[in-house]
Order: sequence, then structure tokens, then C-alpha cells
Amino acid sequence: MTTKRSITVTVNGQQHQTEVEPRMLLVHYLREVLDLTGTHIGCNTSQCGACVVMLNGEAIKSCTVLAVQADGGEVLTIEGLAPEGGLHPIQEGFWEKHGLQCGFCTPGMIMASYQLLKNNPHPTETEIRRGLEGNICRCTGYQNIVKAVQDASERMSTSAETPVPAGD
Amino acid sequence: MSVPAAFDYHPATSVDEAIALLQQYGDEAKLLAGGHSLIPAMKLRLSQPEHLIDIGKISSLSYIREEQDHIVIGGLTTYVQIEQSDLLRKHFPLLPEATSMVGDQQVRNRGTIGGSIAHSDPAADLPGVVLALKAEIVVQGPQGKRTIPADDFFVDTFTTALAPDEILIEFRLPKATGSTGSAYDKLANKASHYAIAGCAAVITRGQDGSCSAASIAITGATVRTIRARAVENALVGKQLSETVIAEAVSHATDGEDMIVDIHGSEEYRRKMAAVVARRAIMRALERI
Amino acid sequence: MGIAAMLGTPVKRREDPRLITGQATYVDDIKLLGMLHMTVLRSPYGHARINTINTDAARQLPGVVAVYTAQDIKGTVGNIPVAAPLPPHITSGMGRRLPLAEEKVRFYGDPVAIVIAENRYIARDALDLIDVDYEPLPVAIDVEKAMQPDSPILYEEFKTNVATSMHPSSEQIDKIFADTVANGGVIVKERFVNQRLAPSPMETRGVVAEYRKSDKALSLWSSSQIPHLLRNYLAIQLGLEQNQVRVIVPEVGGGFGCKLNIYPEEALASFAAMKTGRPVKWIEDRDENLAATIHGRDQVNYLEAAATRDGKVVGLKFHVISDMGSYLQFFTDVIAIAFTLPMLSGCYDIPNIYSSCDTVFTNKAPTDAYRGAGRPEATYMVERAMDVIANELKRDPAEIRLLNFVQPEQFPHTMATGALYDSGNYGAALEKALDIIAYDKLREEQKQKRAQGKLMGIGISSYVEMCGIGPKGTTPFGLYESARVRIEQSGTVIVYTGTSPHGQGEETTFAQIVGNALSIPQEKVLVLHGDTDSTPEGRGTYGSRTTSVGGSAVFQATERLKEKMKTIAASMLEASASDIELEDEKFTVAGSPQKSVPFKKVAAAANTSNTLPPGIEPGLETTVFFEPEACTFPFGTHICVVEVDQDTGEPEITRYVAVDDCGKQLNPLIVAGQVHGGIAQGVGQAMYEEVVYNEDGQLLTSTFMDYAMPIAPELPHFELGHTVTPTNVNPLGVKGVGEAGTIGSTPAVAAAIADALGVAHIDMPLKSEKLWRIIHKQ
Repeated sequence: MTTKRSITVTVNGQQHQTEVEPRMLLVHYLREVLDLTGTHIGCNTSQCGACVVMLNGEAIKSCTVLAVQADGGEVLTIEGLAPEGGLHPIQEGFWEKHGLQCGFCTPGMIMASYQLLKNNPHPTETEIRRGLEGNICRCTGYQNIVKAVQDASERMSTSAETPVPAGD
Repeated sequence: MSVPAAFDYHPATSVDEAIALLQQYGDEAKLLAGGHSLIPAMKLRLSQPEHLIDIGKISSLSYIREEQDHIVIGGLTTYVQIEQSDLLRKHFPLLPEATSMVGDQQVRNRGTIGGSIAHSDPAADLPGVVLALKAEIVVQGPQGKRTIPADDFFVDTFTTALAPDEILIEFRLPKATGSTGSAYDKLANKASHYAIAGCAAVITRGQDGSCSAASIAITGATVRTIRARAVENALVGKQLSETVIAEAVSHATDGEDMIVDIHGSEEYRRKMAAVVARRAIMRALERI
Repeated sequence: MGIAAMLGTPVKRREDPRLITGQATYVDDIKLLGMLHMTVLRSPYGHARINTINTDAARQLPGVVAVYTAQDIKGTVGNIPVAAPLPPHITSGMGRRLPLAEEKVRFYGDPVAIVIAENRYIARDALDLIDVDYEPLPVAIDVEKAMQPDSPILYEEFKTNVATSMHPSSEQIDKIFADTVANGGVIVKERFVNQRLAPSPMETRGVVAEYRKSDKALSLWSSSQIPHLLRNYLAIQLGLEQNQVRVIVPEVGGGFGCKLNIYPEEALASFAAMKTGRPVKWIEDRDENLAATIHGRDQVNYLEAAATRDGKVVGLKFHVISDMGSYLQFFTDVIAIAFTLPMLSGCYDIPNIYSSCDTVFTNKAPTDAYRGAGRPEATYMVERAMDVIANELKRDPAEIRLLNFVQPEQFPHTMATGALYDSGNYGAALEKALDIIAYDKLREEQKQKRAQGKLMGIGISSYVEMCGIGPKGTTPFGLYESARVRIEQSGTVIVYTGTSPHGQGEETTFAQIVGNALSIPQEKVLVLHGDTDSTPEGRGTYGSRTTSVGGSAVFQATERLKEKMKTIAASMLEASASDIELEDEKFTVAGSPQKSVPFKKVAAAANTSNTLPPGIEPGLETTVFFEPEACTFPFGTHICVVEVDQDTGEPEITRYVAVDDCGKQLNPLIVAGQVHGGIAQGVGQAMYEEVVYNEDGQLLTSTFMDYAMPIAPELPHFELGHTVTPTNVNPLGVKGVGEAGTIGSTPAVAAAIADALGVAHIDMPLKSEKLWRIIHKQ
């Protein structure tokens, strides 16, 4: 049996200190230790992007990161994207433009879009498609996801207050 | 369930500490940088180290800076840092170009150049780039630092000149002299998006317009990352017409063992290596 | 938005808020007190005899609660259910299996043992400690070789791998072909491989089982498309009464047919929960999903077509070989027979159709329904046939299609295959697609590009599919759909549907149906599904049937309640029920607008009054079972434009136009979404996807590192159009759209690429190396 390690991770603005097995994947830490089940596991080989969260301000695939690697870091998940009861403009865009069907890839897709718009607030269609190359959606054919990101981009540039949670 | 086998975890705060840990645990230990090669292998249990030494937080190994005759890149510099570097774009456009073709945004945020080079996957993009740029690879072990020329670094598939107790800490890229252009081109498979064939090309043109130096490396196609010497020899000293280039690239994989899988046969990979080599060389020339 | 406009308007989905915020509950999000985790040990061989299994070391690993093999479940857990076993061999047991392999494994991924442990990491570790002594056997991988007498045999007692073999006399069709030749017509022949695909929903399968011993109550959460069928069959498998089993289907992350099945793990997790007395969770890993969840398609087809010189098709002759893989899943044996053969006339009025069919076992994962299920294979063959004929006659493929279509006035029309098509206007859809893409100009552009040495191709596919199963009397059991509708005293409505939507947005569509019928805002309607303890017996969501069959049940139940409310309103307004109208949330006496009573008041009266008119029961609740009399036949035309890279063979779709006709559209936003996603999957089959086994039966596409699917930068912007040809098969006039995109797109892409390369046909998937070989004649 290996030695457990104590880690401190700030998730959605809240600090957690936990003893974990070193081999525990970040995605399992979020889902099973913190009960933040909005982040999903789709492929396990870092192709599909269902597990994308922000770690220290950058989108990552949480199925390919160990929880111990996030020690001392800040994580933002789909649950923390908008203040309680509200929606982030990207979430609104996905709703408005029918950017999801089964919804399983959606949290990862939204988090990938979050980084995409952070880096490039006014992306072209080509840039959006390229920016989402690490996320597989089996339902939508991506067309409405592209529209959703375009919609979010417009919302974010017209809205004075974009809810950005603490810790990001 | 795709989860790693159990291991003990040792975060290292300095290179010296990491080397000491490597000495202590020997063959049972593996270094963890970004983890984007190692963790997938561990999840599939293709790799089951008993000790994992995490060097990912040694922030002093993450940098891109200019020295007199070199651009130097720290071993833990991420793909995304390389992709966004104006300095690199100016001196070696092929490096940010190749890096932008690695995986996807999330992989590029985590993956490091040192991790990729030390892993030495023949399907990866950066080993070829480092070869074509004639990088000097600085490694550090218990006896201190030593520099390995890229040409001597890649020994075989997943095998490098790095000793078990050494850490790859820096890449020193000699600045180009004269009229030099560089480019990377890749034909990716549609599943993993690794290269079916890729080519890194650095071309220097002499005052008479002929090719005075060429450094060409092939990725994805051959079982080890190689310099395509036959292509280089066929280019140097010549005026680079389309005919000369076409003839030269036809030797891209001469004498090499090829990767064969469901994404491409031996024959296809040889031909595609030539195609991407031609495209990389043409684009490098445009950039001179 | 006016209330009357609720049907046919792009209402935003009510499902979305929980999905975009991470609050939805999928199976893996369920955590029960004391829950154990299950992992499955699977065969690394395609075909092997199991000599011994030693589980001692695994049992001794701390945290492991139990390890079970076939020996442990035999006699306690029944075989995997099969919906419609066909004679002669399957009815005698061929292809049937226990949830864990006994004596032999028959495919890579065949479950051999299960581990039950305190957490999933330990459950995974224990798999490595189980020692199975296998004796590898020769494998049958290629389906046509598997039909030969010298092939390795999966089920030795049957001495063949061919389960059913239907070869009617071909005397008549052969004569027609001979006459065609004699009259100067043409005969074309082609062999098509419709390759094996992995459905790959983003959520893999998963199960949580909980058992209360005191009253033998089993609850099973499963990522399924068929809660009631699963409940009914699982009860039989486990020897429980039907009402002792409750199946709950939470949020489902895509199905595409692969969750229209009862799998080994559902019974195994239940068995383990019953044995250990603790809840048991099993979540499928992606490599298990690619290896052991059903695959789709996998047919080898032979076509001969006879046409007159002027392009009229007079006869088609097909031979269909269905590769069923190693075992029977729910519909494995009937996909080709029940869904491919009836659709072999496509959109065309062809007087003579002949088909023969063999269904064959091989050492691969079982095949079953995957988006389209048998119909994409038929459409692909027919559409490729039209192109091959056009190519042979040097005619434009659009022209050949227009010449052979069933004409609008011919409907309802019985095809030579026996299928009864409800309605259609195929020419209109094709003309519209040609118009959107500016076909004549496009062919001009193609000529110019070709002159420049560029490989541009244009492909057309006119499809028709059969949806809304299943008509009374034609299916192995009643494929009706159900709805229980309750109007509450506050005027709100709850719909309990027997269907089980999982991404199709039926909560929204059904709310629109109810809101529209009752003239109330759709927000007042709650739609519940997926719990067998509360929803009426239903057949589930698949085959593009949910709106046409399930929606019709919802509509009829709502109408029935509306009539009752009118009677109550009539008594409140002292008028005759036949004079009562419902509009703008009010019941009004016709011609006397001042005499009205709000919808809410009538709802309250029905639920609370003790002075209802004589003969009127209190309450507003009813259940309707809708069993369609016939199938619906949605159709359309897709046009794809590609360019193929000369040097690498890489194809790229440069334009894509789809004109679909699914009858009336209840929510155009959702319809368009279904079409987009369908096209992407159809493009996936044409250009990317293929399950590959090597000759030893090893699966080579066991992760997404090797199984390719389209990603965002690889797909174009789809240009959609539609026509509306209602059906009278159901009261809503809808036909279904879930599979349309998939069925229509694959042949369009295949045709475009063949056209770009100037050849009649290339087998899918149309990957770069294959195309490069044709371009460079390698």
C-alpha cells in the first residue's frame, strides 16, 4: 500500500484539504471526493475532452492529471463557472443555440470554450472549430456549438459584467 | 477501469532533489513532468513505476530566453508557451508551428518539451524539430551537467542517451546564420492526430541562391526519429528547383524501418514522408 | 410567442439548464451508502477454450469483496435476452449466452469474471490477479470465410456459422435481367462492404444495482434506451417478479442504438448486489465500450441492377450478408432481415426487387442497432446502385434519380419489397437541394477545377427510411408507446411517458404538444420518463419513433382530458359540451365570448369539486397506449461536395446541403440539431470510422487513439433546407428525424469522393491512403 498524501486544492473558490492516494486522478478527486460530478469521463486517453476543467487558469484534461499534481492549485469546474443560480454567457449561448443534445460532452465543451474565449474574445468560425479540436461531441455535429460560442462571444463583449468567479 | 497501479509520489522542488530521488529509487522510479505521455501509459498499465518523481513544479526549468548565439528553452516549458513565443516565432518559426500541431489546446497547456523529448515517441512532433534545429540538449545528473547534441540523443524507439539518473533540463538552439527558413508539415491520422508522417525542415541559402545547408528530420513515419541525411545531401549545393526538391525528398525514409499500423502502410508512410518533406521545404524557402 | 404558435416553433430546450450547469445526474454520478464497485475481466482472445480460472489471489486482495465466474452464476442468472429468435438455429439456442463466458470465449472482450470491491481502483487492481488458463482456438473473422465449410466454428453443435439463410428462387428476377439485356438494357454489378462501426456515445454504459433482501426489491439504475424492456427481461433473468424490479434510467449521455439492449453487466451487477447485500456500481471504460458494447452495420452486400438504356431501373437483385459477431444481443439476428430488406427499393418505383440474406456468426463483438439499424445499409446500396447505373449510362445522377422516383400521386404506395410507404414527394426534396447548392453552376465549377487538375466531386443521396415502429401485427411483440397525463388542480400538468429520451429533447417537444393542445404555456407541463415504477409500460426511444409514436400517445391522452374538461366546463357554464371551445387558457361557449371559465378553474373543479356533473369521475388523469397502424417514411436529399488532395489522398468536405422531410416539424430547432448530428455520424462512417480486428481476432481499435470520429475542424457548415409532407399514420402528422441525417449522408459523401476520383465505387471508410492508392493507381 502506498503512502497517502495530503493535498490542498482550491476548487471553485473553496479550499479543500484532503488525503489522497497518489494515483488518484484529478477527475476522480473532483467527482468522488468533492462530489462535483459535472465533470465527466468520456475516453480515458485524453481524446474526448469530457473531463476538461481549468487548472491554474488553463484548460486541462483532468483524466490525465493526478490529483497530487493539482496540490496548491486552483481549479474551476462547470459548477463554479457562474454564480449560484446564474448562467455564464457561454452557458447561455449553449442553451440559446441548442449547442447540446445528450449533454455529456457539454461541461467539457463549455470549459474548453471558456479558455478559447479567454485567449481570443472574438474568434472566427475556423478559430472556434480549431479551438475545440480536443473535444468530441457525438450528438450535435458541432454546428450549434460553433453558434453557441459565437453567441457567447457577442454576449461577453456587450455585457459589462461577465461573471468570473473568484480564484480565476 | 483505466487507472494507474499504485505508486509512491515524490514531489521535487529542485533539480538536485529530483536527481537524489532518482539515485535513491533507481529503476523503480519515473520522472513526471506534464504527464501527458506517462499518465496515459500508466492508466493502461503499460507503465507501472513504483515511484513517481514529480518535477512539474520546478518553475526554474520553465523559460524561453535569448543568449548571444542561442535561444534556450527550459525543459519544463509547455507547448503552449512555445507556441505563443514571439522570440521563437522570429528565430525558429517551425518550432511554434510544430507545437501548434501537437494534440489539442488542453494537451498543449500541460505537455512539456522536455517530457516529449525524453519520452522519444517516434510519432511525436517535437523530437524531429529538435533534431532539425540541431539543438544541444543539456542534461543534469549526479556528476553535474553535460550537453548532448540532438543527433546523438535519439537512440531508438522510446530510447534516448539520457542516463537513468539524469534529468533533461535545457535545449540550446543555435541561432541561424545567413538566410535561413524553417517549417514543419504533418499529415495527421484522424484518431489520435499523431503524424502518419511529419517533417521538420531548416534550409539555409547561400549568397548565390543555392542551398548552403539543410537539416531535415522525419517524424511519425519511421520507427525512430531520424535526420533524413539523403535528402539533406541531395539539397545542399543545389539551386532548389521543384525538380531538385522532388528528387531529394524521394529519399526521405531510405533505409529506415517504418511504422506500420491501421493508419498507414509502410508504402504510404514512405510516400507521405516525401510529400510532407516537400511541403516543409517549400514553406521553409518561402520564409527565408 | 402566442400559445397557438407553440407547435412548430423553435422553443429552447427545457432539459438544458441542468445539463449546462453540471447538475444533471448520469449513472456514474449516483453514490449510494455502502456502494461497491464492479470491474469485468474480459477475454484477450477472439476465440479460446477456458481450461481453468483461478481467482484466489484476487479474492485475497484487501478491499475485494467477491469474485464471480460463470460457475457462480450458472443456474441463478439467465441468458442474455433476444427479442426475436429466428429459426432454424437461433430458436435452438445458437448464439445464446450466459452473462459470463462458460467453457469458451468467442470474442475479444467477452466477459469472463467480475470483481466486486470497495472502490474502483482496487476492483481494477484485482483484475490483474485473476489467472485464466486459455487454450486459443482458430478464429472466424472474415464473414465470407466464416460461411465456408472449413471455417472455425463458434457453436460446434450446429456445425456451421450461418444462423439463417434465406435464398428464395431467383428465377423471375433472372428472367427480367435476361430480358433487359435482350432489349438492349444494361446490367451493373457491385460488391459493397458496409463496415463495422462503434456507436461510441460519449457516455459509456453504466449500472448501479441495489437490492433489499427483506422484500426482494431490486432497483437498477442503467444508462439505457429501454427501461421497461430491461426491467421485464431482467426480472426473468434473475427469477424475480416483474414488480420486484424497478429500473431507473437517469440522464443518458447518448445511445445511438447501443443502449437498446440488455447487456451482461446489468444482470451481473444485480446478481452481485443480491449476493453481497450492498449496492454495486459498474461503469464501463472506453476500451470496454469499444470492445464489448454492440457494434453497428457490418454487412457485405452484392448488387446487380438492370436498367433500360434510357435509365429506367427495372430490377434490383441483392444478396445481404449480415455479420452478427459472436453472440446474439437484443435485435442482432433481425437487423438485416427486418430493416435492410424492406428498404431495398429506396425512393424508387422499381417493379422487381429480389433479395437473399445470410446471417453469420464470427469471432467479433455482437452487432445490433446503431443509428439507422439496417436502413443505412439499404440506402447505401440503393443509392450507390443509382450512381453506378448513372455512371454506366453516362447520365447525371440527379437525372437518373428523378426518372425513377415514386411520384407524389402514387402514395400510399406498396413497394416491390412489400413495404407500404405512407407519403412522399421525393422530386421536390431533390429539386430543392439542387437549387440550394446551385447544381448546374457547381458542375461547371467542377469542370474548371478538373481542368486545373483538382479532384473535386459532387455526390447526391436521395433517401427514404422507415420509422415509427412498429405497426400492429408485424413485430415480435407490441411496439406501442404510452403516456399518462395528469392535470393537477393548480392547472399544471405532469406527463409520464413510456419512452426514454436521452438527448432528443422530448421533454420539450412533449411539453409543446400538451401546451398546444390545452392552450396553456408549455412551461406549465412537466415531462417525466425513465422510471418503471411511475411511468406506464413503454418500449423506449429508438428508431426515430419517440415523437411519432410516443408523442401521439401524449397527444391523445391530452385530448381525452381536454374533452373531459370541456364537459366539466360546460356544466360550470351551463352550456352544452359540444359548444365549448378552449383557447388562451379559457373554456368559452362558442358564440358567447363573455361566457368563459379559466382553464385553471376547471382543473381545480375536476380535482377538488364534490359537485361534478353526473357520470363524471373526479380527477384529471388518463393513460393512452398508442399503437401505430403503419410505419412512417421520412425522406430527403443530401448533396455533398468534396475535394481530394492529389498528393495525400485526404478528402475534405467543402459544402454540404441537406433537405429533409420529416413531416410536420414540432420544434425546428431540435429537428435541425438531429439532422446536424446525424450528418456528422454519417460522415463518420463514410470517411473516418471502422472497427478493425486483426486476423487473430485482436481488436485494433480499442481506444479513441485508434477509432477515429470527426472533430469540429473537420466538418463543414451544413446548409439545411426542408420540405413538409405530412403523414396520416399518426395524429401529429410527424414522421421522425433521429436517423435521417445518418442515413442520408453516408451515400452522399461516398458518391462525392467516388466522383472526385472518377470511379464508380470505393468501399468505406474513405481514408486518405485508400484514395491515394486509387489516385496513384498503387
